[in-house]
Amino acid sequence: MSLLRLEPRGQASKAMVYATPLLAVALTLASGFILFLLLGFDPLKALYAFFVAPLTSTRGVGELIVKATPLVLCAVGLAIGFRANVWNIGAEGQLTIGAITGGGLALAFYGDGGWWLLPLMVIGGAAGGAAWAAVPAFLRLRFNASEILTSLMLNYVALLLLNYLVHGPFRDPDGFAFPESRLFEADAVMPILWSGTRVHLGALFALLAVAGGWVLMARTFIGFQIKVIGLTPAAAGYAGFDQKRIIWFALLLSGALAGLAGMGEVAGPIGQINASISPGYGYTAIIVAFLGRLHPVGILLAGLLMALSFIGGEAAQIAMNLPKAITGVFQGMLLFFLLASDVLIRYRVRFGARRAVA
Amino acid sequence: MNRRTMGKTMLGLAGAAVALSSGIPLAMADDKLKVGFVYVGPISDHGYSYQHDQGRLAVEKALGDKVTTTFVENVPEGADAERVIEQLASSGHKLIFTTSFGFMNPTLKVAKRHPDVKFEHATGYKRAENVATYSGRFYEARTVVGAICGKMTKSNIIGYVGSYPIPEVVGGINAFTLALREQNPKAEVRVVWVNSWYDPGKEAEAAKALIDQGADIIVQHTDSPAPIQTAQERGLWAVGQSSDMTRFGPKSHLTAIVEDWNGYYVDRVKAVLDGSWKPIDTWGGMSTGMVELAPYNPAIPEDVVKLAEQIKGEIVTGKRHSFQGPVKDQSGKVVIPEGKTATDEQILKMDWYVEGVQGKVPK
Repeated sequence: MSLLRLEPRGQASKAMVYATPLLAVALTLASGFILFLLLGFDPLKALYAFFVAPLTSTRGVGELIVKATPLVLCAVGLAIGFRANVWNIGAEGQLTIGAITGGGLALAFYGDGGWWLLPLMVIGGAAGGAAWAAVPAFLRLRFNASEILTSLMLNYVALLLLNYLVHGPFRDPDGFAFPESRLFEADAVMPILWSGTRVHLGALFALLAVAGGWVLMARTFIGFQIKVIGLTPAAAGYAGFDQKRIIWFALLLSGALAGLAGMGEVAGPIGQINASISPGYGYTAIIVAFLGRLHPVGILLAGLLMALSFIGGEAAQIAMNLPKAITGVFQGMLLFFLLASDVLIRYRVRFGARRAVA
Repeated sequence: MNRRTMGKTMLGLAGAAVALSSGIPLAMADDKLKVGFVYVGPISDHGYSYQHDQGRLAVEKALGDKVTTTFVENVPEGADAERVIEQLASSGHKLIFTTSFGFMNPTLKVAKRHPDVKFEHATGYKRAENVATYSGRFYEARTVVGAICGKMTKSNIIGYVGSYPIPEVVGGINAFTLALREQNPKAEVRVVWVNSWYDPGKEAEAAKALIDQGADIIVQHTDSPAPIQTAQERGLWAVGQSSDMTRFGPKSHLTAIVEDWNGYYVDRVKAVLDGSWKPIDTWGGMSTGMVELAPYNPAIPEDVVKLAEQIKGEIVTGKRHSFQGPVKDQSGKVVIPEGKTATDEQILKMDWYVEGVQGKVPK
């Protein structure tokens, strides 16, 4: 018998569900304050350099949007799957494949592009990501293989494929055998939406994904099915909902959005295919999805917050010589406080031995 | 210092343009020059990024009254690099060192927007009016190391932990293998690629796989001390990379190929301070001190140390070249004929193995 135990609360308060992310942010900031103090930095100055200074210039705000774009695109898709208990952990691989197929089209038509090339790359990137996500969907439905494992393992396969391609077929013929492709031509580059920044068309796609995700979940029958399957699979079965179709739908959609994100990175800020397209966007997107409460609008805010933690980490290092590891510490604290407050919303902490339940 | 042959004309023109514009005073008299450094790894890697940071510290030490330095570590080579470099450029840094190959295109993009800022990109091949490039002839030290390993191996199998199959690394393997087999024609080299510059886990795995295949010396062209530690655990020899890694495996560490950027960085900062900076390409070898060897392990027999020192001396004085013909590729075809040495361009584009390396260059 343990001295400390958790007792479920009957009903979690709706207000608290939306308040916890804010509470987690506040607790993170408070802990950051103490952390900076212990490290010997002026905590107010450090927090300012981390969270405010990056947003004081046009370029800074633009960079925030650039960084949030792939996170939001991936997370919106993942969240729809998570609502239906479809656990796609493979956004990183789907993003990579989208970059390969979308960017590969740019290289295939190098020298004879036209207005049609970019739309083709958009379709190609989304199709590539969806195709990569179709593998775990098929394995789940045909062999009942856990999509958590298969989608995760395919991330490594995608990365190795990318490595093979940049060292071989995609390699810039004039690049001294360095593992990267040529720079894309103007026809194959995402248009800049906001001059003076790197904000590109992908940001619009991300907003459309947020809007589309909201409509899907709140206003359509398929969104209703997803929610029912997620909450009570048995009830969904009695209602005659086709669970297989939902699994296919969730994986293909999240794969397509991740693929689109990858294509947007290579045709956007990177401008070529190299071996390091994503610094882990597909994994960070999982955090973003949960931080955003699996709700498209929440994900938009969470994506921006997570992007700020990346950019702020660099800015603070440049301005105050704060160690770069602080970024990881902040992200870790954020997730920790969120999960901790989640537990406390849904459970009561009781001390002492369990009393007999009447 | 040694200029690469390519693009010399272009360089000359660019140099002239900068010479004309560099008459402008740099900053107010009491304003310190801000110098930025961008690293691909953590400065605690005890390898590549660590050595660059040693160079930064040397700048602070030598010119601390005239400059302040800033660094950003762990910068990914994707979309993030441009933002970091841009942030340094727009926050008053007038000289920025971007120290990894993958920063090449981002550096050029930012350089275009900041013609008043000078950039130095390591190991790349694109320059501009305000972008210089620099690298070391690390293969020269690998020739010395190859000779040592040729004398020290008992199993005649050398395990080589490679990062990426780019010319710098492939050329290093070739220089090593040529010297190895000059001393010991029966020896061969096996390569495992880890597709990362810094991944202690993968590097240790690669070292273990190579040892299981019979290798009794582990040579690495990756940045973490993990292969040295693995060799020490198994009681075998190893050669460190980038910095002196003795303390990670004092019993296994034969020597290390040390990259010494200190002199170069101090020189380049001075050049900016006195207005003589030009966007040149520097490819310094052992004779410039940019490439060094860590102290030899005391357990290496005296005659082997003597041999190593002799080869090192020959390289420094130019008597010996790492790629001295005849050099044959794996199929036995003579690529560098007798009496010739490899041209810089051949070395910079090297994507084939010499005889004695097992396996194929990934393509």
